[in-house]
Amino acid sequence: MADYILEMKNITKLYPGVKALDDVNLQVERGEIHALVGENGAGKSTLMNVLSGTIPHGQYTGEIIYNGEECTFNNIHDSEKLGIVIIHQELALIPELTIAENMFLGNERKNSIGKIDWNKTHKEASEQMRRVGLKEKSTVLIKDIGTGKQQLVEIAKALSKNVKLLILDEPTSSLNEEDSKMLLDMLLGFKKEGLTSIIITHKLNEVAYCADKITVLRDGATIETMDNPTHDIDEERIIKGMVGRELTNRFPAREHHVSDEVMLEAKDWTVYHPVYTEKCVDKKVSFHVKKGEIVGFSGLQGAGRTELAMSLFGKSYGSHITGQEFIKGKEVHLKNEHDAIAHGLAYATEDRKVNGLVLEDSIAWNTTMARMEKISNRGIIDVQKENKYAAEFVDAMKTKTPSIQQAVGNLSGGNQQKVLLSKWMFAEPDILILDEPTRGIDVGAKYEIYCIMNEMVAAGKAVVMISSELPELLGMCDRIYVMNEGEIVAEFEAKEATQEKIMGAILSSDKKVQEEANA
Amino acid sequence: MSASNGTSLNVKAFIKKYTMVIALVVVFIFFSFLTEGRLMLAQNVSNLLLQNSYVLVMACGMLLCILTGGNVDLSVGASLCLSAALAAKLLQIGAPALVAILASLLVGALIGIWQGYLIGYIHIPPFICTLAGMFLFRGLGRVILDSRTISVSNETFLNLFTSYIQIPGLDENKHCVSALIIGIVVAIAVAVIMLMSRVRQKKNGYETGSLAAAIAKLVVIDALIIAYTYKLMNYKGVPVMLLWILVVVLIFAFITSSTVFGRYFYAVGGNEKATKLSGIDPRRVYFWAYFLMSFLAGLSGLLMVARIGSVDGNMGQSYEMDAIASCFIGGASAYGGSGTVPGIMVGALLLGVINQGMSIYGLSDMWQYVVKGAVLLLAVVFDVVSNHKTGKS
Repeated sequence: MADYILEMKNITKLYPGVKALDDVNLQVERGEIHALVGENGAGKSTLMNVLSGTIPHGQYTGEIIYNGEECTFNNIHDSEKLGIVIIHQELALIPELTIAENMFLGNERKNSIGKIDWNKTHKEASEQMRRVGLKEKSTVLIKDIGTGKQQLVEIAKALSKNVKLLILDEPTSSLNEEDSKMLLDMLLGFKKEGLTSIIITHKLNEVAYCADKITVLRDGATIETMDNPTHDIDEERIIKGMVGRELTNRFPAREHHVSDEVMLEAKDWTVYHPVYTEKCVDKKVSFHVKKGEIVGFSGLQGAGRTELAMSLFGKSYGSHITGQEFIKGKEVHLKNEHDAIAHGLAYATEDRKVNGLVLEDSIAWNTTMARMEKISNRGIIDVQKENKYAAEFVDAMKTKTPSIQQAVGNLSGGNQQKVLLSKWMFAEPDILILDEPTRGIDVGAKYEIYCIMNEMVAAGKAVVMISSELPELLGMCDRIYVMNEGEIVAEFEAKEATQEKIMGAILSSDKKVQEEANA
Repeated sequence: MSASNGTSLNVKAFIKKYTMVIALVVVFIFFSFLTEGRLMLAQNVSNLLLQNSYVLVMACGMLLCILTGGNVDLSVGASLCLSAALAAKLLQIGAPALVAILASLLVGALIGIWQGYLIGYIHIPPFICTLAGMFLFRGLGRVILDSRTISVSNETFLNLFTSYIQIPGLDENKHCVSALIIGIVVAIAVAVIMLMSRVRQKKNGYETGSLAAAIAKLVVIDALIIAYTYKLMNYKGVPVMLLWILVVVLIFAFITSSTVFGRYFYAVGGNEKATKLSGIDPRRVYFWAYFLMSFLAGLSGLLMVARIGSVDGNMGQSYEMDAIASCFIGGASAYGGSGTVPGIMVGALLLGVINQGMSIYGLSDMWQYVVKGAVLLLAVVFDVVSNHKTGKS
């Protein structure tokens, strides 16, 4: 019988309105590298949060058996005590502290009276740094080393905690090919020393390269676990597991409304990161949307889609933006968000709570926020007019709420999303950019949002839909652009697009980048 | 749900909505007893608002700053001193009252532009920027005063702020009928306005609250107005300074409740990123908050120099804290995004009643601070606990 270091049995986690994990099972053998793959929102991170105690015992159902014993973690300290360490995608390091200070944060090496023992701290830090091949002094500040090295510090930090089971959430997403390979090789090295790792990643070539077993999650459920003993598993095989679901009436029937008039067009649109100004996030992107058309943007997280949309929306993201932007055939130079709205552009954010809504304000206030001219006369708000509009949108969108005076923070995710869409419909745009419009909402609300999108295009608007869910892009769009690493790598008509083709386009462009790097 | 349950819910909602008003009433009654009715003497009632004119006026500006995200302006006490010093100095060297007034208001406006620009467009943290301002303007004020106390004797100037409305023939010092007449006129006007808005709401099919509640509210408000002006009648009549305060408070109440411009402050404080993506420039919002705040500090300088009759280098010290405390006691959120002008007026009055009550009772200065601190803390703790507001999610 196999020697399992970890078994997670029948894990179910409910969020209000969403089943994030549905009876998930995961078995990890001692000393293996186990890959966890799946689309965005498939439940990978949630599952690891359950394992690490970030989601405490009692907030999920199911069992965690670690080293043969059932565990009930209440927080991350409980799991770390047993040697389970998770390294998150966003590194949890404090830029203003040194490598050594970060490594022992919350776990300081102290002498008998509680003073930090700096000699011991730096000595142990240097030892761990040697193990991960980090050639820096332990007194260097985190902010002064690159992302790749920061990732190594995280791993060294995990090692210092006497890790038995290391969980890495997208460890290579911000690394270049060379650093990624180094990191994977290091994991393979630790494996020989007996360390067990779980790695969450979108990069299937990495999965094939280092993983012994691969578990596929989809819609919060375990689909299958594959063996990869010879490290040469066919990537197509993994993709099929990730996306292979049937499309049955999850989308409302669509009529074709596309006319010839181009509403929004970008040419050679190039955007750099606002803080790390040498990092290019969008490279010479060109695309267009026609009147009555829904155009999809597919790609992985970090492909540059949100950045593209926001930079087109009145330069609300990025620096050194170059290229041309055309609205209804005329070139425009949008100065700011207000300018963009005035030109008939709307951008509904992917993160409604952080960037979209004022949670403590009412539905009415949120609905009218992007275009208060409509409810005011010489700057004086007509509250009754505002309430009338808000009530109309609540009806039209079928938003479930006791009153338009309800604070949007009290609504469910799906209803919040409807308020966000109401807000942008109220602004009467010609072009709507919807960034992940169905993220984190239940199937029923998704269907209603799809219907709203169909109404938008039927009314002659152009819609850009950014989504990480391939089925909804295929189900809703007339045309799909595929982006990877800041570039458009493919364009498909809806008729000819398949999930395999889209994933294939992303992966082959990854390979191309890799080959260029190697050459 | 049973009827009794519904009633208890109503009572609960009522208490929650009017907590501070109830507190104000309780405190007022408490001090009336404690001072054996001296708090309710006509002179003391009349002085209550005048003594706190600077708090009432500056709290309006402070509310805007706090709305943008719990930010405060620490410099207003010093700005007030600078504005007052400038007015006093100009009057001393013989400038006409109007010149002194305009100069002081201009200084308030310039300070506002300076700080508004630094905070809004250069992104200097408001706390630090206004802390620096606190030193800067206090120092400049003392430079103007040359470390002396300057008194003001310009009659025109003093009359503009500290006189009382008295109609010759009708009014005598202890019996100014004009005050009561003004009170009755205002009371009727309030009733007419409330009635008309209700009729308009009905006509447009907009939901209206229960008639009984509306009438009760109207009766309470009108009774307060008439009772207040009755007291004023018995002490010199309606003070001109009251009009200054009312003008500022009404303008700011209108801005925050009914204009697009006012809505921006709530939006920025509620979610700055979402506000920016909705086409509203948060930089402009910060600018205006601090501009208006400093302008009101300038105006308050004029009110205070006229009331006190002289200026010294320590004038206005810790006034900023009174304005800030009024806002938080009056229900403004310490994290921004919520708070109303009527609310903070109640907060300012509550502080004022406590101050005056303690002074009349003869409680020493040190204990007054202790009480003020306790009230402020209590109010904010109540706000946070009852609304489950926290800085972090």
